[in-house]
Amino acid sequence: MSPKAVWILAEQREGKVADVSYELITRGRELANQRGTDLCAVILGDNLSDAELQTLIDRGCDRVLHASAPELRHFLPEPYDKCLQALIVKEQPEILIAAATSTGRTVMPCVAGALRAGLTADCTGLQIEADSGNLLQTRPAAGGNIMATIKTPERRPQMATVRPHSTRPAPSSTGRTGRIDRWLPPADLLKSRVRRVDFTPAAETQAIQDADVVIAVGRGFKKADNVELARKLANVLNGAVGASREAVDRGWLPYPAQVGLSGKTVSPKLYIAVGVSGTVQHLAGMQTSETIIAINSDSEAPIFNYAEIGLCGDLFTLLPMLTAKIAAAKQS
Amino acid sequence: MKIIVLIKQVPESQATRMDEATGTLIREAASSVINPLDLHAIECALLIKEAAKEKCEIICLSMGPPAATKVLREAMALGVDHGVLLSDRAFAGSDTWCTAFTLAAAVKKLGLPDLILCGERATDGETGQTGPAMGAFLDLPVISFVSSIEQIAGGWRARRMLEDGYETVEIDGPALACVLKEAAVPRLPTLQGKRLSRAKDIDVMSAQDLGVSQDDTGLKASPTRVVKIFRPSHLKKCEKLPAMDPAQAEKAVDRVVCLLKEKGLI
Repeated sequence: MSPKAVWILAEQREGKVADVSYELITRGRELANQRGTDLCAVILGDNLSDAELQTLIDRGCDRVLHASAPELRHFLPEPYDKCLQALIVKEQPEILIAAATSTGRTVMPCVAGALRAGLTADCTGLQIEADSGNLLQTRPAAGGNIMATIKTPERRPQMATVRPHSTRPAPSSTGRTGRIDRWLPPADLLKSRVRRVDFTPAAETQAIQDADVVIAVGRGFKKADNVELARKLANVLNGAVGASREAVDRGWLPYPAQVGLSGKTVSPKLYIAVGVSGTVQHLAGMQTSETIIAINSDSEAPIFNYAEIGLCGDLFTLLPMLTAKIAAAKQS
Repeated sequence: MKIIVLIKQVPESQATRMDEATGTLIREAASSVINPLDLHAIECALLIKEAAKEKCEIICLSMGPPAATKVLREAMALGVDHGVLLSDRAFAGSDTWCTAFTLAAAVKKLGLPDLILCGERATDGETGQTGPAMGAFLDLPVISFVSSIEQIAGGWRARRMLEDGYETVEIDGPALACVLKEAAVPRLPTLQGKRLSRAKDIDVMSAQDLGVSQDDTGLKASPTRVVKIFRPSHLKKCEKLPAMDPAQAEKAVDRVVCLLKEKGLI
């Protein structure tokens, strides 16, 4: 008998499958292949369309399990927790991975607590241990200064959240087939002491943790008006504007843009740190980025130790020049 | 009303704070401090207490070595009423499941409060799992990524920072909230607060006091095992380009554009 299935917890927003789900498929498919078992996506929401659910199969799942109820339309801690628990108890997957998003980081510890499962947070590497078949989960800790590999030898399912953008989304291929199961949870699993009463979309058009390119604004910008220079560069690179703590404390950018220990951890493909000196706390939030470029007038700034290329000079000259040259390069 | 704030002692990383009494910077090299986000959780509790019409008691609860009384004492200097430390060799090596189970056992002993507050994550382990996992053991709704919280009739209203915006939720009855930096600006300890904190007792509880067995706490009971720890090097050999004058700047910028092309980023 083949081992029990590998599950991913896919996410949806307003009835559309969230992109981070496809990154989970990349991870899950690899693990399922190594274990010689099926990959199943669990998705909680309110009556998603077959076409939408099929995208999960097109990108590599063998099965989609959709828990559907109006109460599951938006994340609510209790119904999400109870429904996911019920499905796990019923079907006993071997592995369950979720994205380390606000949803994944909330529901997974609740479920793992109740089921006494091992859970590893914010992993950047997942693989199967050759002899035991156990899931090896590798994650950064202490601000990225330490990497730890963790396993759950006995308890099942083996659970992990995965850092968004730590892998590519699985591509879609036509002609893949799979099973779509819809499950209507009973009312007692949908009870909630929490009500969502309001939602205000973020002011910045793109969230920094979802962006492939982040332009970080530091104290070197001197005043709020100058942030526009970073926005222009972000525009030509389809990126988002992040900030050091100093820039947020000065009110130049809102707190959701803050990168670092007391803000967000990002690992985009490209991180351009401008006028950011690179405190330990800031580095903790971005040092796992794929390519780092630093622009700073202080040639001794610590950020240079983490950058592939560092420009020692005046950001007010360099930033517009870089923006113009990238725009020109894209044209040609 | 009763509020329990969970705090953790973590290694200090370049943190500096001002001592209000002396006006000097406190810099204790390589010592332990309250996890930075927990200070925001403490402040939320203090603000709720100050705004409450009823009497309100704030308890800080921590699990750690005997030396962790220090961070509890710091919390009491800020205005927290009581400190409770869970300290026992039996707890050593607990993963997030066992830590949450043990802390939850203590909360049950202390009596279920109206609100449990904690920081979203600690700067050492960075899991952010212990708080939410406690919700499972205490049957409390977990309100995570909280950027503000206030008391309303019969419960709480909280604002949550999500990936794509801010969500407001209302909770009926008790809740467990994991807060972000934005939730409140921590106050500084006062001289009087410090003096008062020294006179207060800190309750230390063992596994036996909690009635928690070795099957549920400590390294052996933990579902997860650390297989290995290694130090990654993010240090890069930086190609540092001088860009002080216009000619240098032009050359340096061209080099960046070239790199971005090579990497397929443009």
